[in-house]
Amino acid sequence: MAVSVAAKARDVVGQNVHKVDGPALVCGKPLFTLDMDVPGALVGKILHSPHAHAMIEAIDTSAAEAIPGVACILHFGNVPRIPHTTAGQGWPEPSPYDTVLFDRKVRYVGDRVAAVAATSEEAADEALRKIRVEYKVLPAVLSVDEALAPGAPVIHDEPDAEGIYDAQRNIAAAVDIPVGDVDRALAESPVTAEATCEIPYLQHTPIEPHCVIAYFDEDGRLVIRTSTQVPFHVRRIVARVLALPMSRIRVVKPRIGGGFGAKQEIILEPVAGALALRTGRPVRIAYTREEEFVASRTRHPMRVTVKLGAGRDGTLRAIDMEALSNTGAYGTHSLTVLSNVGSKTLPLYNKARHLRFHGKAVYTNLPVAGAYRGYGATQGYFALEVAMDILAEKLGLDPLELRQRNHIRVGETSPIFEKIGEGREGKAQIVRSCALPECLRIGAERIGWKRNRGRRRREGPWAYGVGMACAMQGSGITGIDMGAATIVMNEDGSFRLLVGATDLGTGSDTVLAQIAAEALGVSVDKVLVYSSDTDFTPFDVGAYASSTTYVSGLAVLKAAEDVRRQILDVAAAALEEAPEDLELSQGAVRSVRSGRAVTLADVGHRATYVVDQHQIAATASCVAPESPPPFAAFFCEVAVDTETGLVRVERFVAVADCGVAIHPKQAEGQLEGAVVQGIGHALYEEMLFSGRGRCVNPSFFDYKIPSALDVPEVEAILVPSEEPTGPFGAKSIAEVGINGPLPAISNAIYDAVGIRLTRAPFTPERVLSALRSRTG
Amino acid sequence: MKIYFELNGVPQYPEVEPGESLLQLLRRLGMKSVKEGCGTGDCGACTVLVDGRAVRSCIAFAARAQGKRIITLEGLGTVNDPHPLQEAFLDAGAVQCGFCTPGMILVAYELLSRHPDPTPEEVRTAIVGNLCRCTGYRKIVDAVMLAAEWKREGRWR
Repeated sequence: MAVSVAAKARDVVGQNVHKVDGPALVCGKPLFTLDMDVPGALVGKILHSPHAHAMIEAIDTSAAEAIPGVACILHFGNVPRIPHTTAGQGWPEPSPYDTVLFDRKVRYVGDRVAAVAATSEEAADEALRKIRVEYKVLPAVLSVDEALAPGAPVIHDEPDAEGIYDAQRNIAAAVDIPVGDVDRALAESPVTAEATCEIPYLQHTPIEPHCVIAYFDEDGRLVIRTSTQVPFHVRRIVARVLALPMSRIRVVKPRIGGGFGAKQEIILEPVAGALALRTGRPVRIAYTREEEFVASRTRHPMRVTVKLGAGRDGTLRAIDMEALSNTGAYGTHSLTVLSNVGSKTLPLYNKARHLRFHGKAVYTNLPVAGAYRGYGATQGYFALEVAMDILAEKLGLDPLELRQRNHIRVGETSPIFEKIGEGREGKAQIVRSCALPECLRIGAERIGWKRNRGRRRREGPWAYGVGMACAMQGSGITGIDMGAATIVMNEDGSFRLLVGATDLGTGSDTVLAQIAAEALGVSVDKVLVYSSDTDFTPFDVGAYASSTTYVSGLAVLKAAEDVRRQILDVAAAALEEAPEDLELSQGAVRSVRSGRAVTLADVGHRATYVVDQHQIAATASCVAPESPPPFAAFFCEVAVDTETGLVRVERFVAVADCGVAIHPKQAEGQLEGAVVQGIGHALYEEMLFSGRGRCVNPSFFDYKIPSALDVPEVEAILVPSEEPTGPFGAKSIAEVGINGPLPAISNAIYDAVGIRLTRAPFTPERVLSALRSRTG
Repeated sequence: MKIYFELNGVPQYPEVEPGESLLQLLRRLGMKSVKEGCGTGDCGACTVLVDGRAVRSCIAFAARAQGKRIITLEGLGTVNDPHPLQEAFLDAGAVQCGFCTPGMILVAYELLSRHPDPTPEEVRTAIVGNLCRCTGYRKIVDAVMLAAEWKREGRWR
C-alpha cells in the first residue's frame, strides 16, 4: 500500500509494471547459473576440514587420483599461495588479505582443504573420500571471549597476511570514534539506560545455493558464469588469485536465486577457475545446502552494548555504542560491517551531541561471517532500539514520543556521516528527505499504539503486547561506489540498456528500465535490459549497500538524458526546428511551436540509415554523491504463551520512506521480505555448534527460516518523500526493513510480559526461562 | 532401466540410472524449471506434479515416474501465452528472485484444482512446505488469491 502525495505526473516511474524478467521467470525458462548445460563439464567438489583448527601435516591424493574419471585434485601443495580477501568490495579493498585458495592450516570446520574435478558426481564424491589428510589438531577458539583472552591460540599466524589489525591478539579490525565527551555526558545525564544485545550465527539461505560454471570461449578465455552480486569484483579478485590478466576473464551473471549479501563474496569462482585452467575443461561447482550453511558466509554474530544519557525532558545527550563482532575464521567485511554498526545507527538520533562508537572484530575458529542485508546496522539497531525502550520507561515517556523528540530531520546532519565511512572516513552530508515523522504517525495509528500499549491484554495463557522501533540505512557508499550504464538506440526506436548493476532478484533491472523509459518518453517494453556481463556491460560495483536504484539509477538517468539530447538533435534536423522547441514523450518528438512530430522510430531510422548517419548512444557513470538514508518505523503486536514461552507475531506494520518508489510493488516486496527475514532472526534462526566447532544444524529441517504459516501478513506501507539527489526522487529500500523486527519484537514482548529478551532468537526456552527467573 | 511416462503431455522413454532422482532426470530432460534448493525435501523448490499431486522431485526416485503423468512449470504456459496463474504471479509482484517460483506455482495449481475458492490462510497452509526467502510470502498469497478469482470467473482454460 502506498500513501499518495501530490507527485509530479510521470508516465512510467511509480507504475507497477511487470518485472522485465518476470515472464521468463514465471515460465521456468533456463535463466539461472546451472540451467545452462556445458558439454563435457567436469563436476567440481570441495573437501572441507573436519577440524576447527589444524595444520595439515601431509596430504596424499594418489588413491583418489587413481579413481577412473578423476581429472584433477588441487590443494596447498600444488597451488600458488596468493593472499587475498573474498569480500567483493571496491578498491582499495578494506578487508584484510588473510585468505589463500588452499592453505596448510585450516581454521574452521568447513574450511577448504582440497578441490576435485571429475567426470561424474560419484567419482568426485569417491575422490573426496579417498584423499588422505593427516592433521595436527590445534587448540580451537570458539568464542570471541576465548579469542581475546591472553595466551589464546593465534588463528592468523601466517607471515604473508596483510591488513589485519592485530593478528597476535586475533583482532581482525578495530574502530574507536569519539565525538565530544561521551563519558562525561553520560555521567552528567540525569537519566541513563543501557542494553546489551546479542545476535548469533545467522545464514542468508538464498534458495539457490552458491554455484558456478567455468569454461573456455573460442579464444581460450576463461568464462565464469556465476551466481554473484558482484561480477566486476569477481573478475578483479579471480584475476589476482589465479594470476591471470583481467582481459583473459569474462564473468557472466545470469539470473540469481537470491543473495542477501552471501553472494557479495568470491568463494567458488577461483576454485572453479583453477580447476578449469588445470584440466583445460569446463568445471561446474554447486554447493549443497549443508555447504551453503557452513562454508559460504553468515551474518557477523555480535554483542552490542548501548549506553544512553538523556535530560529529563527526553532529549538525548549521549550515546555510547560498543560492538564485539565475531568475524569467524577470516576477516571478510570485518572492518566495514563493524563500522556500519555505528555509522548507520547513530545519525538517526542526532540530538545526542556526545557520541562514541567503538568495537572490535575478532577471529574465531568458526564459519566465516560476511556481508548480510543490514550489514551491521541490524546488530546495532537491536541494541539501540531496546535501549531506547528502556530509556523511555525510565523517563516515564511514551517510546514513540522519545523517538519523535530525537530523530534526525530534513536539513539536519550528524557528525557521524563524516567520521565513519567504509573502512575510512566518511563524507559530511545533510538529510535532504525524511518522512520518518509520517512513518511513525501512520504506523502508530495502524497498530493502535495508544490503545494497545501497556494494556497487558490476556487471553488464557496468551499475553499480548505491542512494540516499536525505528531505523535508517544508506543508499550506496558515498564517493566509493560507481555504477555505469550504456544506452543504445535501435533503429526502430527501441533501446538497449546495458548495466553492470546486478539484479539478484530485487527487480533492479525493472527499476533501471523504468528510469530509462521515463527519461526517454517510452514504455518499459521499449527498453531491453541486459545485466550483467563484464564483456558487454559497463562497470558497476554490483548489488550491495542498497546502491542500485540510487547509484546505478543515477547513471542510467544521466545516460538517458544524453541520449535524449541526441534524439532531439536528430529530430530538430528532421523537423527543421530548434531542439529547444521540441519535447520527447510517448514515443515521439513534438514541436511545442508547430505541433509537428516525428516518431522515435523515424529518428532511429534516420540516424541509422538516412542523413548524418551515426549511432545514437551514450554511456554515463555515477559515483554516489551522497548516501541518502531511507527511514522506517516498525510496529508489531505479539502474543506470548506464558505457559510454553512461545512468541507469535500477530501483526507487523512496517512503514518506510524510500523517497519516490520507482516501482511501488517491488519496493513493498523488499520491505515485506526484509521484515520476514528479520522475524526469522528474532524468533527462529540460529546456527548451533558442537564443542568442537561443528555446525550441528546445517539444513532447513534444523535451521528454521520462516514458512508462510510462521509469519503474519506484513503490512508494508510506503510514505513517499522526494530525495532531491536521487533519480526521480528515489532512495534505497533493500536493507532498511531488516533492522526493525529484532528490537520491535523484543520491545513488544516486554510490553506483553515485562521481560527483556536481548539474546536472539527469542525461542520458547529463552522466553520461558526469562519468565521463570522473573517470577522465581 | 528404460521407463515410460508422460512429461507435459509428451511421451518419454528415458533410460534412468539406479538411484537417480526425479529432479535429476527431469533436469536432464531439459526441464530446468525444476530447481534444487536443498536436495533433502525441505524447501519445495523442486516441486512437480505427478498425476496431479505435488511431489518433491529431489527425494523421489526417477523410476517412480513409470506410467505417470508429470507436469513441470514448462507445461503450464509459455512466455507468449502464459497460464493465468503465471500471469497472476506477475500482476501481484509475487516474484523476486524467481527460484522458488516454479514450485510455488505448481503447488498453487494443485490447490486450486481441488479447491478453487481458498481463504488466504488455506493458501498459506498449501504453500507451507515451499520456502521463499525474498518475498515474505504476502504477495505470493495475493497472487494465488487473484488466480483463484480468475478461475472462478472462468478465465482459466
